[in-house]
This record gives sequence, C-alpha cells and structure tokens, in this order.
Amino acid sequence: MSRFAVLLARETALAWGRGGGALVSVGFYAGVATLLPLAIGPQAERLAAVASGAAWVALALASLLSLERLFERDYEDGALDLLTLSPLPLELTCAIKCLGQWIATGAPLALAAPVAAIALGASPALAPLIFACALAGGLAFAFVGGIGAALSLGARRGGLLTAVIVLPLFAPPVIFGGGALDAFAGGLPWHAGFALLGAYAAASVALGPLAMAAACRNALS
Amino acid sequence: MINTLDLRGIGVSRGGRRLFSDLSLTLAAGQACALTGANGTGKTTLLRAIAGLVALDAGEVALGGAEIDEARAGGLHLLGHLDGLKPARTAREELSFWSLWQGGSAEQARGAAAALELGALLDLEVRRLSAGQRRRLALARLLAAPRPLWLLDEPLSPLDTGWRTRFGAMMQTHLDGGGIILAAVHDPLPIAAVSLEIAG
Repeated sequence: MSRFAVLLARETALAWGRGGGALVSVGFYAGVATLLPLAIGPQAERLAAVASGAAWVALALASLLSLERLFERDYEDGALDLLTLSPLPLELTCAIKCLGQWIATGAPLALAAPVAAIALGASPALAPLIFACALAGGLAFAFVGGIGAALSLGARRGGLLTAVIVLPLFAPPVIFGGGALDAFAGGLPWHAGFALLGAYAAASVALGPLAMAAACRNALS
Repeated sequence: MINTLDLRGIGVSRGGRRLFSDLSLTLAAGQACALTGANGTGKTTLLRAIAGLVALDAGEVALGGAEIDEARAGGLHLLGHLDGLKPARTAREELSFWSLWQGGSAEQARGAAAALELGALLDLEVRRLSAGQRRRLALARLLAAPRPLWLLDEPLSPLDTGWRTRFGAMMQTHLDGGGIILAAVHDPLPIAAVSLEIAG
C-alpha cells in the first residue's frame, strides 16, 4: 500500500474519532439548525426565506469544530516530526490530512445539510444543490481551515485562534454558496455562484497545503 | 546507504540564545556516540538539527553515501522523547501505520513486534500501555523499517533493566550491520560508544 493510502486511512480514522468526530459535528450542526427557529420565530414563511442561508452558515461553523486538532495532536505527541521526515513532501502530507478531515466530517455534514435546510422550510428542490454546495464548500473549509490549524500550532487555546484566523477566509465560500442557493430558489441563474464556490475550493486545495507545510515547519523548528 | 555522519563546526541558537557552537563529530558505519550534557544544553536540539527540523546557525551536517535531503527523507530514524503514538489507536494499528509510512513491510513490522515482545499488547489501545511498553512500541519502529542512521533521544529512560540490556543488544546488531547511532543519554549506553559532551 502506498504512503498516500496508508496516511489517508489513518487521517480519516483519526478525524472520525477526533473530538467525537463526525457525529459531534453533525450533532452540533443539527443543534444550531434547531436553535434558529427559536430565535427567528416559528412563522413558516419567515423561516423558509432564511432556511438555505442559515443551513449554509451553520455548516461553516460546524466544520470549524474538529479543525483545532488537525495538526495539534500530531504536533504534541511528536508524530508530526516523523510525518515530516518522509519522502512524501510535507505539502502533500498536509493535503492528505485535510482530505481525511473532509471525508470524515465534511461529507457527513454535506449529507446533513439538505435535511437541515428542508427541516427549516427550504424547498426540497434545493436539496441537490445544497448537497453539492456543502460538498465543495466543505473541501474549501477543510483546506482553508487547515491553514488556521497549522498557524495556531503551539498556541494556547489554539482552537479559538484557529477560528479567528479562519472565519474571515470562510467568508467567500459562504457568499458564493449562499448566492447560488438564493439564485436557485428565486429561479435565477445560479451557475456563477456555484462556479465561484468551486473555484475557491480548487484554489484552497492548491494553495492551502503550501501555507500549511510552511506553518508546520515553522512550528517544528 | 549512509556510511558516515559528519558534523562540521555546527552551532544552533534557540530563541536568540546560542545553545552550542563549533561542534564537530565524525561517526563511521558501525560506530555509536553517546551524547551527554546537562538538561537544556541542546542535546535534543542537536538531534533535531541533524534531522533537518531545526535550522543550523553555522557549520554543516554531511552524510557520506547519500544526499542530505534524501537521507533525511528515508535514511534516518528520529526517536524523540515523545513517542508519536495516538492513545486511542491500537498498538497494532500504530505499528503497522508507521512501518508502512517509513518504508517497511508488514512482515518487518511483525518481526519488530516479535523482537520487542509486543505480541500480547498489539490489540490494546496505546493509552492502556505503560510508559515502558509504549517506549518498546516506539522502538519497534526502528526495526520495522530498517534505516541506517538512528538518532535517539533518551531511548533508555522508561525501560526496565532487562529491556535496557536487550535494547543494547539490538543497537549492537544495528551497528554490526553497518548502522550509525547517535544517542542523547544521561545513563551510559549499554554498548561501546564514543562520547560527546555538549558544554553549556
């Protein structure tokens, strides 16, 4: 088995268990989605108007949850040293870690997103697009989030620092995805927003690992 | 195959403080060196600098028989005082992951587990192991993926006397096979070794 495959298997397994992993992320997501009607009010038409946007923002927050430990655990127990001393470039190693994070928490969240949106009153016709946006957005959240997680290595309360670093970088995918969903619901062309979301995800997959590897090297030295 | 380790006048600082400078050492295949010095003099930092994790201020690390980057990627084992093991995973999962990651085979991992008598422990989660057992699991990595240069940071500390002797025999086997060992220690190594003291 190649290094790529063994590392991906390990990272997915670790992310699945990290801080409760997928179940806690999905549970948190369901919790936020349930709190919204309590604050906004139970009128169906008001809720339906914000349903897809609210489900989308909650998704961004839920994907922050397990990011904190993405690099920190390997950093604290010395595993990051050994992951660095490998023929595989550290950039690729970081990318595989984020990919594992996406498989273990991004994908379950993407499955939960349409359910949450429909529960809030969004049209079921939106479900496929919400799923697609959550999948592409989740990729961006994992790879951009990885930058924050790597930058906050060694800091006290690294999770909070990660959130502060990462939330502004979550703004573009939230805008693009929210725009696409809004346009689709209003019967307008939605492809542009979705394409921009995809472009942002692709850019973060391409560039994020460079930043993560640099931040990890800096933390280790 | 790495056949010499050559430190030429190296110096390292941490946080603006010079830890050591002008440190030189040459080890040929089959030689071991015990690195001594008081706490905080930079033994761990020196090992990490040789592995390329910490930048040098001065001097150079040269390895005979291999490009330095290549050697760092696949020619050396760095065994820190941290074990790099995940508490929630089983010993078997950890050993087989690290063995494959470091270029060993499943068969070598089984051989390493047998040599360190990990058989009965393999199905336990790492959190259930004692400090000495965890260290044995970490030491198994050295055998599970053979690499010529061993950089060991306090390899003996949590081991009982019986295992110290047996690990000494493993180090001797490694040296007899042309390996090189640089170990930071407080107690004497159980093998013949030159010694290098880092002065504060």
